[in-house]
Amino acid sequence: MSATQKMIALHGGLLGLLFVLQFLLPAYHHGNLARVMVLASYAIGYNIMFGYTGLLSLGHALFFAAGMYGMGLAVNLGGVAPAPALIAGVLAGVVVSAALGLLALRTAGVAFMIVTLMFAQAGYLAVLYFGAYTRGDEGFVIQQAQRIMWGIDLSDPANRYFAAYALFAICLLLSLWVVQRPFGRVLVAIRENEERARMLGYDVFRHKLGAVVLSGTISAAAGAAYGLLFGYVGASFASVQYSIFPLLWVLLGGAGTVLGPFIGTLFMFYLIDLSSGLTSAYMLIAGVALVVLTLFAPQGLAGELRSRIWRWLP
Amino acid sequence: MTMLLSTRGMTRYFAGLRAVHGVDFDLPEGQIRALIGPNGAGKTTFVSMLCGRIPPSEGMISFGGRDISRLPAHKRINLGMAYTFQITSVFARLSVAENVALAARRKVQGADAVARAVQGALDKVGLGDRPDQNAGDLSYGHQRLLEIAMGLVQEPRLLILDEPTQGLADSEIDAFKALIRDLSKSATILLIEHNMSVVMETADFVTVLNFGEILAEGTPQEIHADAAVQAAYLGTG
Repeated sequence: MSATQKMIALHGGLLGLLFVLQFLLPAYHHGNLARVMVLASYAIGYNIMFGYTGLLSLGHALFFAAGMYGMGLAVNLGGVAPAPALIAGVLAGVVVSAALGLLALRTAGVAFMIVTLMFAQAGYLAVLYFGAYTRGDEGFVIQQAQRIMWGIDLSDPANRYFAAYALFAICLLLSLWVVQRPFGRVLVAIRENEERARMLGYDVFRHKLGAVVLSGTISAAAGAAYGLLFGYVGASFASVQYSIFPLLWVLLGGAGTVLGPFIGTLFMFYLIDLSSGLTSAYMLIAGVALVVLTLFAPQGLAGELRSRIWRWLP
Repeated sequence: MTMLLSTRGMTRYFAGLRAVHGVDFDLPEGQIRALIGPNGAGKTTFVSMLCGRIPPSEGMISFGGRDISRLPAHKRINLGMAYTFQITSVFARLSVAENVALAARRKVQGADAVARAVQGALDKVGLGDRPDQNAGDLSYGHQRLLEIAMGLVQEPRLLILDEPTQGLADSEIDAFKALIRDLSKSATILLIEHNMSVVMETADFVTVLNFGEILAEGTPQEIHADAAVQAAYLGTG
């Protein structure tokens, strides 16, 4: 098999497996996996910027929340149907990420991290400040009646799983396609050696901006879907915690690999889920597992797989 | 003679240190020009201003009859300049072929055409048998050759080579001289070089920089006989 065939087999195999699992899993894990797929879509967005372009953002909750509130406010205040509300969420992501990119990309390295962190905090505070519309910390519920898209009730677990699956499949295939394209190759070149990429004639700023907008838009789509599928929109999703999560998921799964975000999200979700069943000090177990993984698999799970066995892994 | 590249009054200060001062430089189309001078003479600073890595403190540059003084680096490259780094600066974690492909893709469209251009460039520099190796695993000399392949695959009008033979073995230097002569059929070449045998055997014309100013210009033979150059650089022995 050529590398391309292997790649298609592996990623197609994962999507096939996830499709079949919805009929086999018990209700609890069925629900979990739907959640993991939406969060993994968020991580896929994060990975475009961090894993492939080398831009470490500490403020991705801004994009996730932009999508979530773009969707949620359209439903709650505008009385809009779910489909246009989802589009509103995605558009909010495009606008916010383009604006952030234009400003934050004037900086690099640590300054870039700080600037993205600060913008995300400003976004979080804005959600609290406009509590009259956003209901602040408390958030608001999206009623079941408001979650019926094209006659499909998204609060129903089977439909919800399938919607999460569709979102995840689109994000996975999009990221797989982008990183094979010349555009994606240039992003990797920028990550590896920005000055060299510039001296090959590439407009580094424009490529980075493209990466930020793509990353922010995917993250916003995940945020919008999360709010719609699980019926709740709240300020905690705009907090710094939700900026750190995708970083952890991507690091654990393997930054700069297409499958890494999913593997990392799944791993972390079940690590916390299982350890919280054993002890109330579950974050300690999670923390130790993270330290061990960083020590022995610094490139993340999929990253180690690539450097040891599957060199063709995209 | 039409000038491909001209500078007037090129000057660069680094926090009070005058690295390059008032350089008027003309490079005709099709020439192989060597730029020589002692360490710290301002050679790399000068060519870095040409291709836009460093903005000049003063002065203007024209390329192909167009004032490019204010263009950012990537636009100058797109006009037909290619620059190879003095300190090898390949994409170490990417394959040899991908390094060259990144350089080729701006000019060549389509995966097959890119692959052909890449293989052609690698064959020219003698790396055609190792396209899948990680660039970082190549020996230093091979990384220098990879740099040159990345330059020539862009089919530039002007190829700027910053100390390309540094760290090459003697046999590799002989191959390099032949390569330069071959490249000069299609491109103008500006070569920063310390190895005098390379300068004498390949260059049509030589510019000597010293303390950031042009000390002398002439054919290799004239430069070799020039007393001032002897004193500043070549040694009196």
